[in-house]
Amino acid sequence: MRKTALNCVYDLAKQDERIVFIGSDLGPGVLGAMKSEIPERFFMEGISEQHVIGMSAGLAMEGFIPYVNTIATFLTRRCYEQIALDLCLQDLPVRLIASGGGVVYAPLGPTHLAVEDIAIMRALPNMTVVAPCDADEMSRLMAQTLDWPHPIYIRLGKGGDAIVSREEHGFEIGKAILLQEPGAGLFVTTGVMTQLALQAVDLLKEEGLTCGVLHIHTVKPLDHVALSHWLPKVKGVVTVEEHTRIGGLGSAILEFCNDQMPGQAAKIARIGIPDHFAEQYGSQNSLLAHWGITVETLCNVMRKQLQNA
Amino acid sequence: MDQRSKQLRKLIVRGLEGGGRGHIGSSMSLVEIMRVLFDSYLRFRPSDATWPDRDRLILSKGHGCLALYAILADKGFFDPEELDSFCKFNARLGGHPELGKVPGVEASTGALGHGLPMAVGMALAAKIKKQSHRIVVIMGDGEINEGTVWEAAMSASKHQLTNLIAMVDYNKLQSYGATKEVLDLEPLADKWRAFGFEVVEVDGHDMSALENLVARLPLNAQKPTAVICHTIKGKGIPFAEGKAEWHHKSGLSSDDISALYECLL
Repeated sequence: MRKTALNCVYDLAKQDERIVFIGSDLGPGVLGAMKSEIPERFFMEGISEQHVIGMSAGLAMEGFIPYVNTIATFLTRRCYEQIALDLCLQDLPVRLIASGGGVVYAPLGPTHLAVEDIAIMRALPNMTVVAPCDADEMSRLMAQTLDWPHPIYIRLGKGGDAIVSREEHGFEIGKAILLQEPGAGLFVTTGVMTQLALQAVDLLKEEGLTCGVLHIHTVKPLDHVALSHWLPKVKGVVTVEEHTRIGGLGSAILEFCNDQMPGQAAKIARIGIPDHFAEQYGSQNSLLAHWGITVETLCNVMRKQLQNA
Repeated sequence: MDQRSKQLRKLIVRGLEGGGRGHIGSSMSLVEIMRVLFDSYLRFRPSDATWPDRDRLILSKGHGCLALYAILADKGFFDPEELDSFCKFNARLGGHPELGKVPGVEASTGALGHGLPMAVGMALAAKIKKQSHRIVVIMGDGEINEGTVWEAAMSASKHQLTNLIAMVDYNKLQSYGATKEVLDLEPLADKWRAFGFEVVEVDGHDMSALENLVARLPLNAQKPTAVICHTIKGKGIPFAEGKAEWHHKSGLSSDDISALYECLL
């Protein structure tokens, strides 16, 4: 997903002179072709993320569209004030490409995980928060980032994820995609958790339970139209995110329901990361399994929701 | 102190009167720096504040905004009467300057350590586009406690941003007290030099010294410039000069305002 995103930056930069790329201290050779072909718009600025955000703001104030890439948690936790004031308060079109959203860097421990990034980015006025479900969707998103007039936080999942998005669904920032038509239940998901939900749907179907998947690639602005349309049509809703249960997708949907359709909130169960720092390493999947974010859990929670309905 | 410096300080007091509060010491130390920049260095058009070829000035120590508002009003970016609205509910002139609200303000500042990184981005943009305008950023001495200043300084040097002028209002006092005691900056010129800047020190209240200096900018054809302005916090107000307690005042009474004006007769 990351490779796709960065290749897209290079492709966009070839077509549009407003595009600049800024990395912190990425792996050797990252975007080597861009560096050699368009050196005046390729910057590797060192481990100075807060400066990088300010610098990207300065470039954006002068008409450039900077794409900034580094590890998600260093972008969000470390640079929160720069993102809030330099980018959001001044409402500048900077794109933050956040590598390793969620627990991609599980073996590296809690210093490298980004599990509250959606919550804190979502809390900022003018910010757009997008978490594509696979590399193909990432390409479709990147094409849309060119003329979006606000800052965008782009959360990358792990590389090599299966491709579950489909060309015919298209992509529009802020517009959810119904990947699977619901029956009694509906999974509402973001990022690569959409893949898990699609697997759960297949398993539940074997038991005669038909469930849908509403993929919310854009957590902010939240697609109120899609939620207003689909939530009342189903008996049970399970939200799934690779993110703390505090403040992410599930919270955003409960907030929306509480404000707009309070009768719907009771049927919603939320699956996400518990409120404590990771204590284990291993892999993304083993850490998610430890926290009960598995296909089996998705099926169990959905069964329970539908039984209670 | 000549009449023009007094006049600009009176505009600051007008803002203080309007808001009943403000960063007095931090604004008064900036007056001659603002004056020399706007009178003798920066290219700008008050009636066309976003003129593309203008020089950009970022007041990174946003709390000194009354000095910026005073010179902008003096130059006709807006009517001096607007200073009466300082910090009021629907005012454009807030306690820290905001981009998009105040004509002539190039960046929203207030949280410290943000100006130099943004200025680096602006200077880099001008370099990429081969534009000839200059970017000036004014920082406070306390402000440069912030690590982002030094991250940005390394970057400015790496990119050889000769179009970038970083100024420090070195009035030797931050909110709590003497910079020497809170977090000593010395040797300050050596620090900027070590970070790749061509450095000059100047008396930040001596107009002829300041005039001579800006006529020589940039100082080096390969390096960004750092100007360390030795100033006096609260300059022009004898009872406030060099006093940390005059960094910021709220609840200013009409007697306080009269006392401030009396210093500027």
